[in-house]
Amino acid sequence: MHPDLTERILQHLETADKVDTLDLAALFTEDHQKIVGALKSIQAHGELVTAETVTHKSLGLTDEGRAVVEHGSHEALVYALVPPEGIAQAALMTAGGANAKVGFSKAMSHGWILVDKSVTPPLVRRKVDTITDVVRNQLQQVALGKGDQLPAKEVADFKKRKLLQETTTKSFVLARGPEFATTLTKLETDLTVEMLANGLWDQLKFKAYNFDALGAPPTRGHLHPLLKVRTEFRQIFLEMGFSEMPTNNYVESSFWNFDALYQPQQHPARDAHDTFFVNHPARSHKFPQDYLERVKKVHSVGGYGSKGYGYDWKIEEAQKNLLRTHTTAVSARMLYKLANQEGGFKAAKYFSIDKVFRNETLDATHLAEFHQVEGVIADVGLTLGDLIGTLYEFFRKLGITQLEFKPAYNPYTEPSMEIFCYHPGLAKWIEVGNSGVFRPEMLLPMGLPENVNVIAWGLSLERPTMIKYGINNIRDLVGPKVDLKMVEEGPICRLDHA
Amino acid sequence: MPTIGVKRDLLFEALGKTYTDDEFQELCFAFGLELDEVTTEKQMLTKEQGDVAAAANASEEIIYRIDIPANRYDLLCLEGLVTGLLVFQGKLKPPKFQFVEPAKRQVLKIDPSTAQIRPYAVAAVLRNVTFTPASYNSFIDLQDKLHQNICRKRTLVAIGTHDLDTIQGPFSYEALAPDQIRFKPLNQTKEMTGSELMDFYSTHAQLKQYLPIIRESPVYPVIYDANRVVLSLPPIINGDHSKISLKTKNVFIECTATDRTKAKVVLDTIVCLFSEHCAQKFTVEPCDVVQPDGNAISYPELAVREERISVKRANSYIGIDEPAEKLADMLTRMYLAAKVDGDSLVVKIPPTRHDVIHACDIYEDVAIAYGYNNIKKSLPAFMQIAKQFPLNKLTEQLREQVAQAGFTEALTFTLCSRDDIGRKLNKNIEALPAVHIGNPKTLEFQVVRTTLLPGLLKTLVANRKMPLPLKLFEISDVVVADDSTEVGARNERRLCAVNCNKTAGFEVVHGLLDRVMQLLSVPWKTASGTKGYYLQATEDPSYFPGRCANVMYDGVVIGKIGVLHPTVLQAFELTTPCSAVEFTIEPFV
Repeated sequence: MHPDLTERILQHLETADKVDTLDLAALFTEDHQKIVGALKSIQAHGELVTAETVTHKSLGLTDEGRAVVEHGSHEALVYALVPPEGIAQAALMTAGGANAKVGFSKAMSHGWILVDKSVTPPLVRRKVDTITDVVRNQLQQVALGKGDQLPAKEVADFKKRKLLQETTTKSFVLARGPEFATTLTKLETDLTVEMLANGLWDQLKFKAYNFDALGAPPTRGHLHPLLKVRTEFRQIFLEMGFSEMPTNNYVESSFWNFDALYQPQQHPARDAHDTFFVNHPARSHKFPQDYLERVKKVHSVGGYGSKGYGYDWKIEEAQKNLLRTHTTAVSARMLYKLANQEGGFKAAKYFSIDKVFRNETLDATHLAEFHQVEGVIADVGLTLGDLIGTLYEFFRKLGITQLEFKPAYNPYTEPSMEIFCYHPGLAKWIEVGNSGVFRPEMLLPMGLPENVNVIAWGLSLERPTMIKYGINNIRDLVGPKVDLKMVEEGPICRLDHA
Repeated sequence: MPTIGVKRDLLFEALGKTYTDDEFQELCFAFGLELDEVTTEKQMLTKEQGDVAAAANASEEIIYRIDIPANRYDLLCLEGLVTGLLVFQGKLKPPKFQFVEPAKRQVLKIDPSTAQIRPYAVAAVLRNVTFTPASYNSFIDLQDKLHQNICRKRTLVAIGTHDLDTIQGPFSYEALAPDQIRFKPLNQTKEMTGSELMDFYSTHAQLKQYLPIIRESPVYPVIYDANRVVLSLPPIINGDHSKISLKTKNVFIECTATDRTKAKVVLDTIVCLFSEHCAQKFTVEPCDVVQPDGNAISYPELAVREERISVKRANSYIGIDEPAEKLADMLTRMYLAAKVDGDSLVVKIPPTRHDVIHACDIYEDVAIAYGYNNIKKSLPAFMQIAKQFPLNKLTEQLREQVAQAGFTEALTFTLCSRDDIGRKLNKNIEALPAVHIGNPKTLEFQVVRTTLLPGLLKTLVANRKMPLPLKLFEISDVVVADDSTEVGARNERRLCAVNCNKTAGFEVVHGLLDRVMQLLSVPWKTASGTKGYYLQATEDPSYFPGRCANVMYDGVVIGKIGVLHPTVLQAFELTTPCSAVEFTIEPFV
């Protein structure tokens, strides 16, 4: 970057106390911009010089002004075009070109030409034999840098005629700085293996590091924000000693999804309106027969201490395949296994987090598929108080300590509770989940002992994620329209941090 | 969840107390209801019809919209709600419903012809009723709410209410050919036959949805009085002749149904809730409904069931320890009059509480009366060594590693269109073992994905502005139809990765495959006899010719790898080359 120039400037400053860069430009016959560029290089190397900004106002020629200096003023040119015998005004205008009109009126006012109207057409004639192109001379003075010697009246006039312009030039007054040196030492950008080897690191000068800039982003991949939340929830359940249920079966029979859960066959949720029914493969046929008979009985006529629903239970309804509407269908399968395993019933704690499917109206917060989080505990003598206590511990791990419970209704739990928590950010109580004790009509036909109670709770994965990360449209979180930039910049999932 | 709208001031008047919105919300919360919205008729109309001018004359009286649990039919109107709340607060004793036997009972005879279309019917009479405009509207609204909920939009039960003084028993419930039926429907001026009625109401906003329930039947249900005046053509419309007005004193209620149990519940609910407007409060006049076999059954049943529950069990179910008398008090406040009998409670379940079918329903009411938020919390005491589901554990470990290898995770939809897995991938949908949805609302829900590829490609397209290369992955389930399984289909856990860049970069996804195999300790199969993985060149219409291979493991095809075919890219509107790998991770669990 013009090493010669930087060195020349530094060497000049060794002896001179102060110098203006404009003067340096004249002295070195270099373009002022080059001088300024060299100055910037010097400044990048440290405080070798001080630079004081100075503004100069000077008069300069416009392009038109320069043309006048070269060719003469408009009026002089017009005068030159008038031959001794005179010339028709029209012809003069044409010959004079663009500036003929201005030149003509000026020449007339100077008294250099006249219009002879005694002839037809009127002719323009010279009035004087010679002229002095004062304007040109004055502008030449400006070109030579002596513009300040012009009288103010002329300056004003030339500005009006757009022959002159005032230019502001910024220059710097340089002086020796605290780190002054006559040579620019080369600045290193980084410590290298060669420097270590030859020991020169000690003598080299290093460029100042810009601590305000960002570093180089490391190469990495990224995990999806919702799935990071899923990992956290899995962790929470495992910490609480819950075993994971196998939920890798999206297609389920109505039997396990509804009937086994004591949800009657005419229940609105079994409407094609709310559930995705599968037409290929359309039906399931393999059921534990004895169990199925017991389910049929408890739905239609009751038993196990229940009045039943009092309707005709049809196996055709139970055979219909669907995309599961809740992972509670898997919980039912697990409880049935638990009741019928070798060695008999043993207390158990299960959890699952997986996709469920609803054929409902879609909007900003609802999609046809979402993730359900479910926890289940089965043991002798469990109480509603145990459910409340477990929920407090579960939600504490999410950083939520204030809970309230509201009576609710689910076809398969009784008592049922909706879980509300106080969200300090939103400053209101919001529903965070649903819970309850499974009905005996569901558990007893499975073969679970009479003194065994099963408590369960569930919530969606998407809702707490959207609340935590301030996402208003679920499509910004799930599906192809997710902004990958958000995925790349997402933080680690810390559920118990605000 | 059903919602009812009640005028706030009427509600407070009936409750005998004025509440602030917050106070009333708290009361609802404790009882198991939710105050959904505080609005006015004007606001509701404006919201519904979007036309402020149309709602200009609407009332500005405050209306509370309250969410009612789906199984509490007895709370679906102001009368029921008020009684429920007053009993809950201990301000009112649960009403006892009584029959008043008339000199001669009304008779409804069911003709065998009804068996074809709507076999069951029940009936009751409310005597000496005085309607006010408010209670009249409430009566109509309750029928509407019951129709929408327990009656499953009139398919299971249809309710008809009539001015008894305009008609003459005995009544006859028959099913006749549409053209044999002729009457003036409610609020109409001319008579119509059954078929004309179908046409007439086919454009009626509210009623057209009920026409299909009977339209195709050769016979339509119809109820006549002794003079062949039509009371109603269920489930469509009542006759104009017997319509109820503010002046009506005696009400004849009939319900026809395809579900006898529900018909009984509906009838019980209506008479219990509205008998408070009878001169003799909470009395009902029974009717005889003669069955096709000649047997006469008395309705409404208004049965009061007795259930005996153990005090110890009730306490331990909830986790409280209250003396028997306290439990009895609590239950009485929940409309379940209870008496102590040694270490049991004898609970009377009234005809308004058909939702109580097991002792656990009674336990819940004890808990509600006690207050859920007053129950002391405890923790289950047993120890369990928890286990992860091995497939999920492997998935979590692999997700971490693939991200470390520089790929970004996507989360795509399980449901998609047939084209997404068929035509767009140059595959024939008929040849794929895909699970098809029977009732998709849009083509986005036609099939369950058999490959993770379309989801990833759509994610690439939506993120065109991201700098290249874009490397995405997903480890998730696809579903394949499979006869050998219990339901006829199974999930398969796949790992799918795509590399999208200026050059397709087969070696990038190949490198990822190598890395994953290394992490699973699966060697590259070099000689025959050693277990391992290798690539076997193959042709596949989704992939560029000469740039496609089967991923082989243990001699079995577990997936595919290759450069995507330009026509596939085109079908998904991608203009940048992509290479992809997809294989099942289940053999490695």
